[in-house]
Formats: sequence, structure tokens, C-alpha cells
Amino acid sequence: MKKSINGSTLKKFITLALTFAIVQVLVSTNIINDYIFSTLATICINIILATSLNLITGFTGQFSLGHAGFMSIGAYTCAIITLRNPTMLGFVIGALAGAMLAAFIGFFVGLPTLRLKGDYLAIATLGMSEIIRILFINLDSVTNGAAGLSGIPQFINWGWLFVFTAGTIILLNNFIKSSYGRACISLREDEIAAESMGINSTKYKVIAFVTGAFFAGIAGAVYSSYYYFLEPNLFNFQKSIDILVIVVLGGLGSLSGSVIAAILLALISTYLQSFPELRMVIYAILLIVIMLFRPQGIMGSKELSLTVFKKWTRGLRDKKNGGVA
Amino acid sequence: MEQFLQQLINGISLGSIYALIALGYTMVYGVIKLINFAHGDVYMLGAYIGYFCITNLNLGFFPSLLISMLVCALLGATIEKIAYKPLRNASRIAVLITAIGVSLFLEYGTMFFVKPDPRSYPPLTGFMAKTFRVGNLLITSQQILIIIITVVLMIALQLIVKRTRIGKAMRAVSLDGDAAQLMGISVDRTISFTFILGSALAGAAGILVGIYYNSINPLMGTMPGLKAFVAAVFGGIGIIPGAMIGGYFIGLVEVMVSGYGNSMYRDAVVFAILIIILIVKPSGLLGKETREKV
Repeated sequence: MKKSINGSTLKKFITLALTFAIVQVLVSTNIINDYIFSTLATICINIILATSLNLITGFTGQFSLGHAGFMSIGAYTCAIITLRNPTMLGFVIGALAGAMLAAFIGFFVGLPTLRLKGDYLAIATLGMSEIIRILFINLDSVTNGAAGLSGIPQFINWGWLFVFTAGTIILLNNFIKSSYGRACISLREDEIAAESMGINSTKYKVIAFVTGAFFAGIAGAVYSSYYYFLEPNLFNFQKSIDILVIVVLGGLGSLSGSVIAAILLALISTYLQSFPELRMVIYAILLIVIMLFRPQGIMGSKELSLTVFKKWTRGLRDKKNGGVA
Repeated sequence: MEQFLQQLINGISLGSIYALIALGYTMVYGVIKLINFAHGDVYMLGAYIGYFCITNLNLGFFPSLLISMLVCALLGATIEKIAYKPLRNASRIAVLITAIGVSLFLEYGTMFFVKPDPRSYPPLTGFMAKTFRVGNLLITSQQILIIIITVVLMIALQLIVKRTRIGKAMRAVSLDGDAAQLMGISVDRTISFTFILGSALAGAAGILVGIYYNSINPLMGTMPGLKAFVAAVFGGIGIIPGAMIGGYFIGLVEVMVSGYGNSMYRDAVVFAILIIILIVKPSGLLGKETREKV
């Protein structure tokens, strides 16, 4: 068991710690001001959303259009709990409760609908998230209806953002590398073949779906605590599409792809903030062009890691030396 | 009782529109197994083209209807050529994402050109502005127009699908594309034709909604599009009479929920119906169970 902390884990740990420390220093010296920090928060929330949707759509091959619904459950639960109990502990409990509730609902929606083949699941999840949104509009006493909840205590700082984002990536990465993750990938590749190898397809689909819903709930909690204002229409069909665009652009089946795409799209949309229509037109063209010319997205199903860099640089060196057979 | 009959009339009018849109969904799904998310936006464009014809070109209702159907038909064929045809052999998920892309492109492209504010259709004149009173029931001539035009279009569609060569080709492709191709049917042409038919019906639905509700906006296609899809699934996707039944059913349910319950919940009820059908009988009302072959 002593081998569990090997060189590569150590390297990853150092990279993470460095990322955290550098941004922390930039935040405390106010080089990252409030405006840049809000972009940073958007990026982190989108990373959590995109990586968790990638688990469902990219790795397990189940097309879900209801991610915004799970996000809204997390957001509202966390907001309602922190409004009643505005302490750090309240926030942590709220975030966990929101994520658990999202996972719970994911289980109940997923269990019957995941038996359906691809396209139907997309519509069922879409219907589910619309139902959730309509319920939030109508449950006036709890959610304050269409007017929304405001004045949610703000607990999100860079520390929390980092913990949630890095935590999501690490946990999802471990999940995908585990036997569960491999079972999910095999379902994406060929469901019938996987089943004949003894993989219980519904079980693994539900596990992936519930895990994805859990992290979408976390993202919602982070969102509610950072933006301190929620209304049901923030979590409409459009929001689910926004998340899907990130996943598709980054590459179905690549966590690092989702991270890269989340950063890229956040920068694009900050740049196009004053032209919301144009932003959506660009998103639309991006979706179509990617599917027509590069359906695997930026990263395909590859991951960005140090070994990829090494291979790449070695490849360049080899070319320079006239190629090594 | 009177209230019920009144709701029935309203429901059938609304259901006609859903049925017209659902037909396009179901036919396209029948031939290429694709949920054409852009279909609801073709309907939206139909409404805008009708608006343009009536206000800017000062055309009457019927010429506008024809132009709207024609332009939408061309648009449908173009969308298929540009966005879906290159992906004939790609994975289902890739085509579905492209369809969402096309849908967003049409919505926000339209919004970019005509601005997001809703526009109101010009009021109708002459016999089309009349309201008929039967006992205590109110029937507007728009409602009569919607119901009659829908029935005429459905009969025309049935004749095309059942009596013409291209209709036979459509049925053959939807049964088995490869076998149809081996029999010398041009699958590509048949698919294009299916898009033309479906989009023309959506265009007609668009202009009918324009005169019925008076207000149109660039995002008006999303919700009716989704509900029409629910209608198609309810009737059994890929089955033409199923889409008609489903359309009327969804229209009636929606109107009844608004009339007797809480209108805020009408969309939720429609989606709940969808989830229930998918769980209980995914093949729909008229659908047959098919075994998957390895």
C-alpha cells in the first residue's frame, strides 16, 4: 500500500498546490480583481458542470439534456439552507444536501428512463428539467416563485472554488479509471457487446447518471453562493445546451478537454457579453462545424497530461533528427 | 358542459397546430431516425415569413400560406443537405447535437435580424374576422380556418404517402433503408422529400399560429416544437396517424389543464405525460414492439 503515493501522484499534487497558491497570491494582491474573479468563478462552475455531464454523455454515451435541472436542485437547496443558517457550516451542509438531493432525483429519473435508447433519454431528461423548473416557479412559499431568491449569503472564495473544482475533477478522474468507469466506457463503445461480457448496463448507466447529477448539484450550490441570486429561468433548456456545448467542444470522453473548452468559452462569452444573440449564433455554428468536421472535439477522448507533452516533444525532436524508424 | 365544449373547440384548434408540427417530426424520424430539433424553428420561420408576406407584401392570407409553406419546404431541404446529409454514417449523438446546433442557429440568427421583441400579426379582415355563436359557444373563424386547413393538409399528406411513387419510396425507406436502396430507390432524394413535406407542414402551422395567437417571436418554436415531439412519441414515433392523434391529444390536455386546473402547470403536465409514456410504452399508442437484433 505504500506505493500508492508514487511519483506521478506527487507531481499532480504539486501542480495542484502551485495552481492554488499562484491564484491565491494574485487574488490577495488584487491583480485578479472582482471582475476577473467573476470570470474565474464562471469557469470553475462550468468546469464542474461540463466534466460531470461528460461522465454521462461522453464516457457512458447517454445523451442527457437535463443537466441544468440537477444544477437548479443543488442551487435552490443550498440557497434555502444557507438563508436559514448563514454560517460556513450551513453552506457546506447546504452544498452537500443539494448535491445529494440532485443525485437522489437523478436516481429516480434515471432508473426508468435509462432503459431507453439514446434519443428518448435526451427528451426524457429534457422533460424532467422543464418539470423541475416549472415546479420551482410555482412553489412560491419555498422558492419565492418566478421572482427568485435573493440575498443568499456569499461564502465562495477562491479556496472553496478550488476545492470544489479540483475535487470534482480528481473524483471523476478516479471514477473513470476505476472498474466502474471502464464498465461505463464499454457501454458507450458497444452496449450489446458489453452486456454479453456480463456488464449490467442499467446499473452502470444509473451510477454514471447519479454521479453526474451529484456534481451538477455541487455546481449549482457554488453558483447560488457566488451569485447570491437565483431564479428558475436561469436553469432553462438554454443552460443545459450551454453545458453540452462545452462538453462537445472539449471532446466527448475527455475531462481535460472539458476543462479547456470551459475556459475557452468563458473567455469568448465574456468578450461577447454585449452581443448575446451573436454569442448564441457563434455557439450554434461552433456545434455544427465541430460535428461536421471534427466530431471528436478539441481533445477527442485523449487526456492532456505530462506524458502527452513528453511524447509530443519527443516526436518533434525525432522529426528534427531526420526521424527515427 | 358548455365550458367543456368550449374548451374542446379550443383544444382541437391548438391540437391541430401540434399535429401539423408533429407530422414533420414523425416522418423525419421514420426515415432517418433523427429527432430534428430544428423542426420547431422551421415552424417559427413559417410564422415570420407569413408575417412578412401579409404586412410587407400586402398579400392575402392564402397566398401568404402558400409562400410560407414553399419557403419552409426549401429551407427544410437546405438544412438537410448542409447539416444532416454529411453525417449520414456518423453516430446518432453527433447528428442529434448538429440538430440542436441548427435549431440554435435558426433561433438566434432570426433574433439577430428581426430583434427579439415579439411582433403582432395584423388583424384579419372580412369573413376571417367573424365570430360565430352556437348556443353559448364562441367559435372564431380563425379556429374554423385552422381546423379546415389542417384536415385538408392531412388528407393531402395521406394521399401523397399512400398513392404516389415518392410516397411509396418514403414508406420503403422508413421500413428498411438498405433494402430500399437495393430496390433502386434513391434514398437521398426520398429523405430530402420527407424534409420538404414536413417543413411545409410546419410552415403552415407557423402562419396559422400567427393568426390565432397574433403574437410571434424568435423563440416561439422551442416549446411547441418540444410538445409536438411529445405528441409524436405519444402516438408512436414514425407513424403518421399516430402523430395526428398525439397532436390533438396534447392540445386537448393542455387546454383542459389550463381551463380546469392551473395554467402554470400545463407544460409540466405535457412533459409528465412524455415521461409516463416512455416508461410504460416507449413505442407509443400505435407503435409495435420491435426486438433489437444484434
